[in-house]
Amino acid sequence: MHTVVLTKGVPDFREGQVAFDEDGHLERGATPTVMNPNDKHALRAALQTKVRNGGHVSLMSMGPPGFKEVLREGMESVYADDAYLVSDRAFAAADTWATSIALTTAIERLDEHVAEDGVDMVFAGFKTADGETGHTGPQTCWGLDWPILTHVVSLDIDEEAGRVRAKRLVEGDIEEIETVEAPLPCFVVADPEFEPTYRKAAHRLTHKDLREETRERAENHEEHVTVWDHEELNLDPDYVGLDGSPTIVSSVDPIPRAPAERDATMVDPEDGEAMRELVEEMAPLAGGE
Amino acid sequence: MSETIDDATGASDEYEQYEAVVVGCGPGGAAAAAALADEGVETLVLERGVDAGSKNVSGGLIYAEESAPYTIDGLFPGFREAATERPVTEYQLHNVAGSQVKSFDITDLHEHDTEWSDAVLRRKMDSWLAERVHERTRETGGGLLTEVKVTGLLREEGEIVGVTCEELDPIRAELVVAADGVNSELARDAGLMDWEEPEEWFQGVKAVVDLPDGAIQERFGVGDGEGAAHLFSGDLFDGVRGGGFVYTNEDSLSIGSVFHLDSVATELAEPHELLDALLTHPFLGQWLDDAEYAEREYSAKLVPDSKKAALRSPHQGRLVVVGDAAGQMQAQGPIIKGMNHAVTAGGLAAEAYAQAKARGDTSRAGEFYERKLRDEGVMEKLRPRRYEVASALGEPEPVANLADAVVDSAVGRFGVRLLGDRLERLYSSPALSMMVPDTRTPYVTLPTVIAEELGAPVDETNDVEPPELADRIGDLTYDTDVGNPHIELLDDSAAASGTAVTACPVSAEGFGGGCYRRETVASNGEREEVVSLDTQPCIECGTCAVVAETDWEHPRGGKGVEFEEG
Ligand SMILES: Cc1cc2nc3c(=O)[nH]c(=O)nc-3n(C[C@H](O)[C@H](O)[C@H](O)COP(=O)(O)OP(=O)(O)OC[C@H]3O[C@@H](n4cnc5c(N)ncnc54)[C@H](O)[C@@H]3O)c2cc1C
Ligand code: SF4
Repeated sequence: MHTVVLTKGVPDFREGQVAFDEDGHLERGATPTVMNPNDKHALRAALQTKVRNGGHVSLMSMGPPGFKEVLREGMESVYADDAYLVSDRAFAAADTWATSIALTTAIERLDEHVAEDGVDMVFAGFKTADGETGHTGPQTCWGLDWPILTHVVSLDIDEEAGRVRAKRLVEGDIEEIETVEAPLPCFVVADPEFEPTYRKAAHRLTHKDLREETRERAENHEEHVTVWDHEELNLDPDYVGLDGSPTIVSSVDPIPRAPAERDATMVDPEDGEAMRELVEEMAPLAGGE
Repeated sequence: MSETIDDATGASDEYEQYEAVVVGCGPGGAAAAAALADEGVETLVLERGVDAGSKNVSGGLIYAEESAPYTIDGLFPGFREAATERPVTEYQLHNVAGSQVKSFDITDLHEHDTEWSDAVLRRKMDSWLAERVHERTRETGGGLLTEVKVTGLLREEGEIVGVTCEELDPIRAELVVAADGVNSELARDAGLMDWEEPEEWFQGVKAVVDLPDGAIQERFGVGDGEGAAHLFSGDLFDGVRGGGFVYTNEDSLSIGSVFHLDSVATELAEPHELLDALLTHPFLGQWLDDAEYAEREYSAKLVPDSKKAALRSPHQGRLVVVGDAAGQMQAQGPIIKGMNHAVTAGGLAAEAYAQAKARGDTSRAGEFYERKLRDEGVMEKLRPRRYEVASALGEPEPVANLADAVVDSAVGRFGVRLLGDRLERLYSSPALSMMVPDTRTPYVTLPTVIAEELGAPVDETNDVEPPELADRIGDLTYDTDVGNPHIELLDDSAAASGTAVTACPVSAEGFGGGCYRRETVASNGEREEVVSLDTQPCIECGTCAVVAETDWEHPRGGKGVEFEEG
């Protein structure tokens, strides 16, 4: 088994960490970078795979050299064996499409040239906490042309049969869970509800062993990080970075200081009058009459 | 989302298999596991605490006996340097009557058959042991897992073939070692132990008290690397049968009391008040700071009385039972020896299995273990024949009352005066200390008379104000298993379970908090006394398993109280 976990650094949006300038714009420089909180679900799923099925776990990220810290954090939590940072000035300001192309290329390279028997699975988080579109994962998968399992809450891998069985939330709804199967290699997007299960003593003992091993490895994590630039990946800068990004950002809304305090209008669905008003108000937004 | 999918590989239809499974990583389990690993047996150790030691309480002085086939430092080199507090270099017994005290030096009794004896705090001790145990068992293909609670025995066609767990799928094993301590759910599952008779148990309650740097040396007159043990008996516990102890740790004191549970129950004693009676006795004024008195931790646990509870055949099929789980806790007069016997039993159980295996029949391990306990003299210490004779004579009530009256009479007092300091030698007799009957006489009446006749008043004062029960509970760490209480009250009538209100160390009559409370409910115009239970503040001592009508289990792995000192 060789699995790849995609992770990303995002500004630390936690209270007391995030810095805004006078106009309410995010000050990237003054805000520390942390691992995208939603990636931890992917990491949990990848860790379960490593513990239960063994094999090699590579962490992968695209971003500036400063993301190495994020990779260290990731390595510690997933007990990764190594990490790959796709990093090049030419990639700066890439949108999700261009990022996906770069990541796809990097995974393919790993698959063909590094992983002994190829890459079997790629894990990605749910969404990222900054400028999030939720597209990077699926687009990367599309690039690889692999089956994708999303909203995965539990996972079983039968390596011999080359199949994955998963439970997933239908439409992301906790009320509805379906069991699906896919052949390997495949792409897994873990849901925040993902629960790893370790019902065998052997799994838990392996978990303990890996923790010990990782503690040592994480101390010199730099030695285990490989940085790939566009030349290494044989990527045309025209396709990646700002030049290769078809998304045109028309304007950026300042991030409100306290998003949680934004007023929400609560409407009781039983209240016919209020509901009618609501529908009327929303009609133009939906493009209806 | 606790639902699991069956392994697609089908592996979960087949249970995991280890050669040996050891349940519990106190001294008994640690010794068994280390000795099994040394024999090359693939050994899995399952411990329910977040860390070994996080559930355990002792006084505690751990003994290495000269006559014992196993000692803890023999099995774990470096143990004393890494895991203990101070050795005991001085041992005194104080007879108390009011503020009169007569002290006997019983260092001789303490040193009888003793290679060494150190004070320990269980969190530190057990977690150190657990690391060694993991390293050694891991080499055999097993290892130690914490936060796993074993729920019972796995049986096939009526035969024990392994264990069932809360957090793991069932596990098969050739040998199951139940080292799960007092209130062993495995011994109960096997039908070897019931939790019915309060006479078979003691209840231990303890506070670890903080002292400033250097205070131990100064106040106890001991050097670095030396320590003291002080025991107390007499009338300071209002006639409840038992005694108190003060042991010196590195920079704290373990102060506690150990009482016969039947006495705690019938006297409706409040355990924390018994402890407070000791803490506030003027004699302790010389050691404690009135104003800065600070407790690090309050704890309690049942202690089996081997004289009555030690299993004569601690095995069944593939199951062997060691330590407190098998009732192997010896009260040698005032000296309490549980940890050392758990270690010996663990070692012998491992040896027995290896021997049975060498003979090609592992099913004989239990039989060999029982024989070794006898041949090595362990059973004779746990259930001395002398005691059986003496208690047959001395414990029936009329005889006991007569003996008590004689000691307290002019004749008895005359005898005490006549014997004078020769009593100290009598108290130091190991043979006598093994046959002390469980009556008021040795615990209460005799020490009181000794103190009255031979003692001198204490001129110290002691203004220590021990914390309220609510504060003691409040200072403990809990990970409550919300919505999943581990004790169920089967009969809430005051007659069946009312004793728990006083006997539970974190409950008290009239205390609004705690686990057990008395309530009056009106039904059909009648007012009825009932008892209610809230397990949140429970410190898992096991008392209410015996004194109340409960369905009693330990919490799930990692849940419940977490002791930092122990
Ligand atoms: C106040 C007090 C004072 C004492 N003083 C002394 C003293 O001075 N000297 C002395 O030698 N002894 C003393 N003892 C007794 C001593 O503590 C015990 O005899 C000793 O701890 C027994 O060791 P053990 O290994 O059998 O059990 P324990 O030390 O109780 O260990 C049992 C282990 O099993 C684990 N466990 C239990 N159930 C399960 C389960 N279902 N699944 C997984 N794990 C489980 C527990 O968490 C625990 O770690 C004292 C006891 C008390 C309470
Ligand atoms: S509820 Fe029972 S087990 Fe818990 S502390 Fe009270 S007496 Fe002990």
